[in-house]
Amino acid sequence: MSSFIEIKNLCFSYPGDAQNAAVPVLHDINLNIKKGEYVAVLGRNGSGKSTLAKLMNLILLPTSGSVSVNGKLLSEDLSDEECIEVRRNIGMVFQNPDNQLVATVVEEDIAFGPENLGVAPEEIRRRVDEALRIVGMSDFARHSPHQLSGGQKQRIAIAGIIAILPECIVFDESTAMLDPSGRKEVMDTIEELNRNRGITVITITHNMDEAVRADRVVVVDKGRIVKDGTPKQVFSRPEELWSLGLSVPQVTELFDMLRCLGADLPEGITDEEEGAKLLFEFIKNRN
Amino acid sequence: MAALLRDITLGQYFPGNSPLHRADPRFKIILTIIYIVALFLAKTAAAYLLMIAFTLVMVAVSRIPLKIVFRGFKALIFIIAFTSVLNIFWTKGDHLLFEFKFIKVYAEGIFTAVTMVLRLICLLIGSSVLVSYTTSPISLTYGIERLLAPLAAIKLPVHEFSMMMTIALRFIPTLIEETDKIMSAQKARGADFTSGNLIQRAKALIPILIPLFVSAFRRADELAVAMECRCYHGGKGRTRMTKLKAKPLDIILVILFGAFAAGMIFINKITVFGF
Repeated sequence: MSSFIEIKNLCFSYPGDAQNAAVPVLHDINLNIKKGEYVAVLGRNGSGKSTLAKLMNLILLPTSGSVSVNGKLLSEDLSDEECIEVRRNIGMVFQNPDNQLVATVVEEDIAFGPENLGVAPEEIRRRVDEALRIVGMSDFARHSPHQLSGGQKQRIAIAGIIAILPECIVFDESTAMLDPSGRKEVMDTIEELNRNRGITVITITHNMDEAVRADRVVVVDKGRIVKDGTPKQVFSRPEELWSLGLSVPQVTELFDMLRCLGADLPEGITDEEEGAKLLFEFIKNRN
Repeated sequence: MAALLRDITLGQYFPGNSPLHRADPRFKIILTIIYIVALFLAKTAAAYLLMIAFTLVMVAVSRIPLKIVFRGFKALIFIIAFTSVLNIFWTKGDHLLFEFKFIKVYAEGIFTAVTMVLRLICLLIGSSVLVSYTTSPISLTYGIERLLAPLAAIKLPVHEFSMMMTIALRFIPTLIEETDKIMSAQKARGADFTSGNLIQRAKALIPILIPLFVSAFRRADELAVAMECRCYHGGKGRTRMTKLKAKPLDIILVILFGAFAAGMIFINKITVFGF
């Protein structure tokens, strides 16, 4: 299958001014993302992961190198219509749900995207109802955003993106400001979008437990891709992640410590259920 | 503090399902204009009675509790009282009622004062029942946008104006919450907002206002990016999910209000005891 998003030799620096030199953020990034993939981009603060996201839908333009979406090269030469089409195709959900909602009524907010695209009113209505159903917020259609919890607001923000029918949604630290239950709500919604609706998902995060839910983990450090593989592969060497200022999921860490103590356990365990079963077998066999 | 502020900004709209609630916001704005014009047409006692009756009927139809209606103009009682007192002493006429040194009170003065008070109260109650109590902010904004739409032809930024209003309404509760948080944070650092004279208190607000402004600008920046990501590109080629359509109810209301204004003109011809 061909690549949906194709990033080649991408470099990016924030332009400098009289006092400050330009700040290089990304160096020589090569990354291909296929349609329907679930990719987690992992990196600590300031590693350039959010900048990478903004380069995928023309909020920023590469300093050098190229980004193509669906075979179309992103550049400032695109017409307004083409630019809007790229943004429609690559939806983006940000960190703070409050700063993404525009309207005072939930359903009006979800309608904002389709309204911008000039969709017919009846079709907007249909999409809004459908989007609300997908994120499980149909009962809140007439509520005001400030009456909702953080997780609920973030699900509304996701619904607002679903309503513009993107093929890919980028979540830029979308769970970072939420409490554990809100985080779970949002993660479940993201997974449902990818598994059942075939939407390509890119989650940008520094939370390991979110990264293990993806099919593929890309680790970014100091503007470079340092690891790229399945969660099992990436998390099999905890010390490498620690040296990058990242942690590994708790199960992985536990298994790693046990292996260091001489226990005969596999590496790269990321799933808690699986880990529990293996531990159970291990203890049973020893006795 | 936060609870108080919330009351002021969002306590206006009183959800309900009365004919006034259901009426088209565009029509309600027009009705309010007709109503205000009619109020200023009133000249005679009979006309004022009609004005009061019509306003009371409006309140009854809207089913807004009287308590809420009266709370609305409590803040303005001082202004109303002040203007009426001025009118009593400053109006000259033929029927002198009372004289004390240089103070002269005429019957006309009392009539003007009373009618002024009535007119102001009706104006406040009537327009708030018609607009603020029965129209949700979002439909009011939409109504204004649609009414002003023809002005876009002469290059007035009507869409931008209504977008700004919508966003302002959306962020009022968010910013109030934030103010409350900043206030608590500054109090925890020993800030004192409640003592000292007026100037000292105003100065004490600076540590609240500056963080609030900084955060508002940051929010604006993030919101702008989020809006761009949702394909916002101004009002060009934009559609709306909800379409406003004139209903028979709106036409009936316009006829009723028109009749009220016309009634005012006729009833002004009837005078009782010279008023």
